[in-house]
Amino acid sequence: MGNIVAIAQKEVRSYFATPLAYAVIGGFTVLFAVFFMSSLSFFLRVSLQAGMMEGAPPININQYMIRPLFGNTGVIMLFVLPMITMRSYAEEKRSGTMELLLSSPLTSLQIILGKFFGVLSLFVVMLAATSIHIGLLFWYGEPELLPVLSGYLGLLLMGASFISVGLLISSTTKSQGVAAMITFAVLLLFWIISWVGDPASGSWWSSLLAYLSVLDHFDDFSKGVIDTSHLTYYFSFIALGLFLTAKSVDSEQWRD
Amino acid sequence: MIEVQNVTKRYGSITAVQDVSFRVESGQILGFLGPNGAGKTTTMRILTGCLPPTEGKAIVAGCDISEAPIEAKRRTGYLPETPPLYPDMTVREYLTFASRISGVTTSQRASRIDFAMGQTSITDVADRHCRKLSKGYRQRVGLAQAILHDPDVLILDEPTAGLDPNQIRETRRLIKDLAGTHTIILSTHILPEVEQTCEQVVVINKGRVVALDTPANLKSRLGGAETIRLEIDTHGVDPLAALNAVPGVTQVATTAVNGTTVVEVQSTQGADIRRQLAQAVVSNGWGLLELRALQASLEEIFLELTTEDRVASSERTERTEDETDG
Repeated sequence: MGNIVAIAQKEVRSYFATPLAYAVIGGFTVLFAVFFMSSLSFFLRVSLQAGMMEGAPPININQYMIRPLFGNTGVIMLFVLPMITMRSYAEEKRSGTMELLLSSPLTSLQIILGKFFGVLSLFVVMLAATSIHIGLLFWYGEPELLPVLSGYLGLLLMGASFISVGLLISSTTKSQGVAAMITFAVLLLFWIISWVGDPASGSWWSSLLAYLSVLDHFDDFSKGVIDTSHLTYYFSFIALGLFLTAKSVDSEQWRD
Repeated sequence: MIEVQNVTKRYGSITAVQDVSFRVESGQILGFLGPNGAGKTTTMRILTGCLPPTEGKAIVAGCDISEAPIEAKRRTGYLPETPPLYPDMTVREYLTFASRISGVTTSQRASRIDFAMGQTSITDVADRHCRKLSKGYRQRVGLAQAILHDPDVLILDEPTAGLDPNQIRETRRLIKDLAGTHTIILSTHILPEVEQTCEQVVVINKGRVVALDTPANLKSRLGGAETIRLEIDTHGVDPLAALNAVPGVTQVATTAVNGTTVVEVQSTQGADIRRQLAQAVVSNGWGLLELRALQASLEEIFLELTTEDRVASSERTERTEDETDG
């Protein structure tokens, strides 16, 4: 446990020692703010129109603003998280510090979990920064709290899944650029995989593809529904990613 | 104690290390000698658990590296070819991290770090970032990292590379101090280093062990015939016949220098004929100005061991070419 914490702290420290962490957090919050503005102005327009109609029900801010905003946040994560995970293994291999980790009394699982929690804590900082905007909505309006919290949980789980993919791909290459590109491509694939099949057709493979999509599982969270099947999906996704990373690091020692 | 038993490492069709076996007793220093690309680093990476062997067994400090890797790694300090430093950490931060992952207890941490920094004389750069250090300091920070957790076994891949002559001397002294309480393997291609620091030498070439002995034995074993150099004043007489008559002499070469004669006498291997030679000179009434046994340096031995192989392999290539032509 102490080893995992030591490595996680080292990861976080190394992110903040370079401009990378600041650039990534800054970029993420700026993009989030832009999406926030656009969904806010959309919400205002819709509720203004609704207000002019007699007898129409009031527009729900959770449904018309926060939900799409969380969806867009997922898109930003798709671009930003590969930038964080790209260096986790690639950099250690390039600079030779992997030798230090490999020759220290650590299991490969400890190294991987340390790195995973290191990146995850950086991601939590990013999410925490967005709570300022969401807080403003609570200040001026009355959104429901529960769907907001479950939405954040969904984002956290989706982000953790992305990170596990990023770690896996970073462990296979020495080049950060290659790691970032492939991670992005793979994440995008998981994002759009459900578009291939037509869910209406009801064929087994389109429902399988829909099940694999990281996006489809996120939807319910942003609606305020915490479904165990979605939790299972994300936890399995993360565990598989980390397991494959462990295998990749081990097999690295055979290939070299 | 380190024991390597028939270790082989293959990458696909390439064999990096083939059937390497040797043993280092507790408290001894073993020098690992070989040209670049001979398999020194591969063997060391196997011993530190960074690389699993394809075949064979490595036992470090009583632990099989494949079966009890964590325990073996806890007892091993490793300085890789490139010191594994994190550029964004200060030296003290780096050593703190290294001590945390190598199992140094919290209460001992500060004292172990100070001790390691003192031993490698890097205390003056404790708060400098690793990326700003010179090659010599990097090397020593790497060494401090290796001795930090007081391991039983130290594996040092070219510990003096990149150091200036003063630092080299200090590092060698440090390594010698550490021996006795630590079992050490160090690799190098600097031959005097082996002569000065090591009790045993393994010469490795193209992944195979070509010699394993003490530096002194290696010299006498591989130095070929013994050569003795004499400088005598024969008053103009040719000493050739008289010296050839000494039992054990195989060859005599003489050169006249400024009125004296310099003679190089070769004898059969292992025979010490210095007394007989002196006797022969004196009984002829000549003046004996100098008499000394010439020892082949390790450098010559090393060249001999590694070039013989090269000649053999080039012959092989030629033959293949001939066959292709035919």
